[in-house]
Amino acid sequence: MAKYRFWAIIIVAIAVVLGFFVWNTEKADSSRKFKLGLDLSGGTHLVYKADTSQIASGDISSAMESLRDTIERRINLFGVSEPIIQVEQGGVFGSDNTEQRLIVELPGVTDVNEAIKRIGETPILEFKLLSKESEAKINAGDATIDATDSTGMFLETGLTGRMLQKASIQFDQNFAGKPIIGLKFNEEGSQLFAKITRENVGSVLGIFLDGNLVEAPYIREEISGGEAVITGDFTADGAKQVVRDLNYGALPMPISLISTETIGATLGDKAVNDSFRAGLYAFAVVALFLIIWYRFQGFVAVLALAIYTIINLVLFKLIPVTLTAAGIAGFILSIGMAVDANILIFERTKEELKRGKNRYDALKEGFHRAWSSIRDSNSSSIITAVILYYFASTPVIKGFALVFLIGVLVSMFSAITASRTILFALSKEE
Amino acid sequence: MTIVKYRKIFYTFSTILILASIFSIFFWGLNPSIDFAGGSLLDVSFTGNKPTNDEASQVLKDLDFKDASVRSSGEGYIIRLKEISQTEKDSIVAGLSFDGQYLPTEKTFSTIGPVLGKEAIQKSLISIFLVLLAIVLFIAFAFRKVSRPISSWVYGIVTVLALLHDVLVPTGVFAILGHFYGFEVDTLFVTALLVILGFSVHDTIVVFDRVRENLHKNEDHGGKKDFETIVGESINETFVRSINTSLTVLLAVLVLYIFGPETIKNFTLALLIGIFIGTYSSIFIGSTLLVTINNWKNK
Repeated sequence: MAKYRFWAIIIVAIAVVLGFFVWNTEKADSSRKFKLGLDLSGGTHLVYKADTSQIASGDISSAMESLRDTIERRINLFGVSEPIIQVEQGGVFGSDNTEQRLIVELPGVTDVNEAIKRIGETPILEFKLLSKESEAKINAGDATIDATDSTGMFLETGLTGRMLQKASIQFDQNFAGKPIIGLKFNEEGSQLFAKITRENVGSVLGIFLDGNLVEAPYIREEISGGEAVITGDFTADGAKQVVRDLNYGALPMPISLISTETIGATLGDKAVNDSFRAGLYAFAVVALFLIIWYRFQGFVAVLALAIYTIINLVLFKLIPVTLTAAGIAGFILSIGMAVDANILIFERTKEELKRGKNRYDALKEGFHRAWSSIRDSNSSSIITAVILYYFASTPVIKGFALVFLIGVLVSMFSAITASRTILFALSKEE
Repeated sequence: MTIVKYRKIFYTFSTILILASIFSIFFWGLNPSIDFAGGSLLDVSFTGNKPTNDEASQVLKDLDFKDASVRSSGEGYIIRLKEISQTEKDSIVAGLSFDGQYLPTEKTFSTIGPVLGKEAIQKSLISIFLVLLAIVLFIAFAFRKVSRPISSWVYGIVTVLALLHDVLVPTGVFAILGHFYGFEVDTLFVTALLVILGFSVHDTIVVFDRVRENLHKNEDHGGKKDFETIVGESINETFVRSINTSLTVLLAVLVLYIFGPETIKNFTLALLIGIFIGTYSSIFIGSTLLVTINNWKNK
């Protein structure tokens, strides 16, 4: 008995320390505050579809990684705190849909237009050749090259901003001191550029930024060495912007927005308060019920439940789990379910007491017999949570599944450690 | 004993519930939210006065948004329409201010493309199917040592029957609520269904576990009792526990429904209905079905 009392005190002491940790880390400047999902903190959730049609299937995943990095750099440049940028493959297994997607979460940003601009401003640099028929038309005077609407006249060459190593601003006397943009390709780009210029001497090579034609020079000779200049009509500021954008993020492929979600900050605050209040009341109601029905044992269960709650909260902070409104609901639900293990044990112990066993033996038997029920019934919840997690179509549901899973695991753990030790410690020796 | 004895009453009751649910699901259908159907949802609230529903609808008509639905939501309106762009959304919010007469603020705005919607439907169906499958397999495995008088697979199948019951009823209720009050089913509703599955099987397993234990005990004592008696006793022995656990969970969810955030009201409502029905089925339907199946076998 002394052994159980000793451990019971240790458990309660640890719980108190952990509880203090939870409380203390909620102060304004702590780095271990609860991580709140967008629905609670307010912010913007964007889903982009990447157009991978121009990329060889073997290169898609690396291209997506570079897309991710590019956009991350771009967003970091604007100082959004803790953005989440993830690559995701669309479709469900077995389907042909292998759409590549980019998920962007911007906490605190509720001006979507601004956010989309920040991401979308990133220029797409393309080099395209004027098609032979268009060339013939132009020569015949039937067509002109228009800066904004001439994409149809040009053919893809495969040379894009993805193959850019560096862009820089240069001033050239030949252009009356106007800024020009120097481009340096990587190895792949250099070879391709040399090949294009070699094979198309005399043709027009269009340079497109974001689908707009910036410049359409004639190819005079093969250009090896992987360097080129754009001599569009840039102002100094305009050139600077393009260079920065190219360096920080020439997107490897075009992207288009397929889903947006914005949650206002006030709504989030209210949801946090409501969730917190609901959690507190739910705990109180469950505790009251336990104490009224099971008296002394109920009191122990409430203590175990408090320990359970603290362990969960600590895990939420340490893992860290991003809490959403649904996630908190999952946690509150798991508080209700965590009681189950205790109730199973109590009811079983009562039965054993009725059969004339003494308190200690009845408890022991109660735990032993209840365990198979606890194990099997929680296994089914664990299975559900895992499947839910893997097939979650939104981050909200993923968050819920994770909280639910942690809740079930911790409830099993706290039932066989905390409840058990404290009950034994408090039961009189007979 | 009484529960097993009067099982026909419970069967009838459940059959009526299931038929009514199936009827409402097929007759009225479910209202898919933009999660599944794709489209845009704009939640606008107003500081001070708000325009009337007709005025708000007129704004949308003037801006040429067809098939837009405007629903009142306390301080403002929830507007659902086909996929729109950010600029189109801005024009709606601007229109709702009636040249500064009202002060609209955008609470949430979501747009979901049709591809994502379709994918959400697929993912939901797959997860429901997988959860059901995993549960049958798990129960058949957990009860593998119980083969007399009925095989462990029967336990698994009976559990799934009870689960279907638990999922159909809240779905039926949402079909009715959808038809009369415009309730929608979204991905969170599916999540609620999966939680209900998990919880209900939780309950069923506790009763089955007791049946398993009592079967072993009976064998040790020479096997005098028949299956029906054992199941009846098992239900009685676990009755208080089943009610109490469900009660604590129901209390927690009820508190959440009353005080919790607005955004998950439908989610908690689905949970409330499902957990209630799930408790009922694991006490009154699941175990009694074991007896019925055993009786068929013996005929």
